[in-house]
Amino acid sequence: MTDLDTSFLQGQKHLAKRHRSESRFQWMGRMAIVVSLSFLVFMVGSIFWQGKSAVTTTEIALQINLSADVVDPNDIRGASFDRIIKATLCDTFPEATSRKEKKKLYGLLSSDAGYQLRDQILENPEMLGGTVTIWVNASDDVDIFNKGQIDRDVPQADRRLDDQQIGWIDQLSGNTAMRSVFNAKFFTNGDSREPELAGILSALVGSAMSLSICFVLSFPIGIMAAIYLEEFAPKKRWSDFIEININNLAAVPSIVFGLLGLSIFLSTFGLPRSSPLVGGMVLALMTLPTIIIASRASLRAVPPSIREAALGVGASPVQATFHHVAPLALPGMFTGAIVGMARALGDTAPLLMIGMVAFIVDVPQSILEPATALPVQIFLWADAPERAFLEKTSAAIIILLVFLVLMNIAAIILRKKYELRF
Amino acid sequence: MTNQTHSEITEFNITTGKRVNVSDTMIKSVMIFCSLVAVAVTVGIVSSLIYEAIEFFKKVPITEFLFSTEWSPQTAMRSDQVASEGKFGVIPLFTGTLLISAIAMTVATPLGLASAVFLAEYASKRTRDWIKPMLEILAGIPTVVYGFFAALTVAPFIRWSGGSMGLEVASESALAAGLVMGIMIIPLISSLSDDVINAVPQAMRDASSGLGATQAETVRRVILHAAIPGIAGSLLLAASRAIGETMIVVMAAGLAANLTANPLDAVTTITAQIVALLTGDQEFDSAKTLSAFALGLMLFISTLILNYFSLRIVKKYREQYD
Repeated sequence: MTDLDTSFLQGQKHLAKRHRSESRFQWMGRMAIVVSLSFLVFMVGSIFWQGKSAVTTTEIALQINLSADVVDPNDIRGASFDRIIKATLCDTFPEATSRKEKKKLYGLLSSDAGYQLRDQILENPEMLGGTVTIWVNASDDVDIFNKGQIDRDVPQADRRLDDQQIGWIDQLSGNTAMRSVFNAKFFTNGDSREPELAGILSALVGSAMSLSICFVLSFPIGIMAAIYLEEFAPKKRWSDFIEININNLAAVPSIVFGLLGLSIFLSTFGLPRSSPLVGGMVLALMTLPTIIIASRASLRAVPPSIREAALGVGASPVQATFHHVAPLALPGMFTGAIVGMARALGDTAPLLMIGMVAFIVDVPQSILEPATALPVQIFLWADAPERAFLEKTSAAIIILLVFLVLMNIAAIILRKKYELRF
Repeated sequence: MTNQTHSEITEFNITTGKRVNVSDTMIKSVMIFCSLVAVAVTVGIVSSLIYEAIEFFKKVPITEFLFSTEWSPQTAMRSDQVASEGKFGVIPLFTGTLLISAIAMTVATPLGLASAVFLAEYASKRTRDWIKPMLEILAGIPTVVYGFFAALTVAPFIRWSGGSMGLEVASESALAAGLVMGIMIIPLISSLSDDVINAVPQAMRDASSGLGATQAETVRRVILHAAIPGIAGSLLLAASRAIGETMIVVMAAGLAANLTANPLDAVTTITAQIVALLTGDQEFDSAKTLSAFALGLMLFISTLILNYFSLRIVKKYREQYD
């Protein structure tokens, strides 16, 4: 073999090695993307998986005797519906005799069952007088047992329902006295200590209120600031200073905005704690940089010829800007605003700072009342010890994600539809 | 381009000077006011944090705050109680924050950079148009969702797999929070790095290929070298995000102020402590409440420094090849 051949072979080997390293490198990039995206899929998927069971809730049928000596037709509200429910339960399962057993029996139903009975009677007073079948909410433990989330093979001491309770449940479902229905309460109730009664309406209303305030404040201020900086501000120093300022604000941790709100809006101005008003104001300060940056970019995309034409036919600079340039840039500004609002919708930390973590049962009626927000509700439920809150938390997250997706789709459509092409 | 239009507007103003009317000046002053709001927010943040922090340092000496290694802010419940003095040493919080951020950066840097290189150098335009927004979804998901996932899925999994290897893992380990946070900041690194890699002039790629380098060699030896400042900027920005991230650590990292470098232990962070100090009932001028503002000031300063440098580096680098 000649020297030339050896060096040729060596070169071939070297080349093959280099090619192998080339494809390794490419695969590393692919793997990185696959790992990141599969994490996303896994996270969202697992949350959907856990949350889907929150769509239904379990109800139990009771054969209730509503004769006149139990409920006085002239004084419906005076009757003790809790006692009626408990008596009915004891009649259905006469084997529960001791106090302890009765307590376990009552635990099958939601603590709200008495009120549910009362409300149904008030709605249909003609059912009084006879024995009727009434569906009331089961307790959260029964609900998740019915959804298969409590394993009956686990030793009795380690599960929330004991053998006797499971026996009763089996008896009920055997008699078709138990059913799964759409969980409307989840969408119409406020927060509750009882998982089977907890809903997201008050959190949704709180979020909607805060976001409206955030939009009303940050959008006009943001676009006015952007127009000034882009069209009128003397260049260099001053606008550079504001620009650095805005860029830095955009990267300040959101919790710092919460501290600002706590110290200035609550302590100095004395605005009401936990209110959507303060929440919206804090979110507005956070959203402002996003809106300004997006609005400036969209103003920059308007070609100078538009300005010049307007000025050429005698418009003043303010007229040229507000009659001709700004309207063309408006869709882009809206897009920026929607993206900023989507971020504000998901932000939790600043709202914790200004006290929007209260336990809110009633739907807030005004922006000055204590309220909570959707992400804060998720945070609160995630902390709750009851197993049944797991599906509620996941369901609330799904709803939050749906809103975010809708907002982002709106932004994309807006951008596509009104994209400036000159 | 903008300079030119501006000089034209000024010229035009001179010729039509008489027509500048009252409403124009009014609109202008409104606009100036609006642009001052952004400055006012910064001033507000800085002054309120500094004011409350000074109040705090009147109660707790700043040297104790900065150099003491014990954090347990349980002050007396009533003012006439003397018993328990709070301990306000920020070092365990600082190391906890650094530990979790370091884990997050260890996860995010390789994943983010490899994704960025692949998107910028290998992927077709179509793939890129699809993958890039999908990666950015990661940054758009609210952090409370990550926190929930970290606390309920990742942390138990790490505890279980650590336990099966005979390791003792705290139920609120730094690793779980850091891992999930790392995933969250991947798009920050990949998007910005993708931009800077794209900004490297094509001539450099062509020159390297012309000398016989493979694409991977070109990336490693030419492009990454040229893009290093921009990439560093994106890493700094991601680190600042990790330090300021709140919900993941509140939900997954817990409140135990341990001075440790073990990622399997529970640690706490500056942000988690701010939340713990300020949620619930508190009287406003107690040392416990005020300490949250001192922590906030620290957080603000450290993220500000990181942001300032990263923005400067990115900006300076962008101009280099234009």
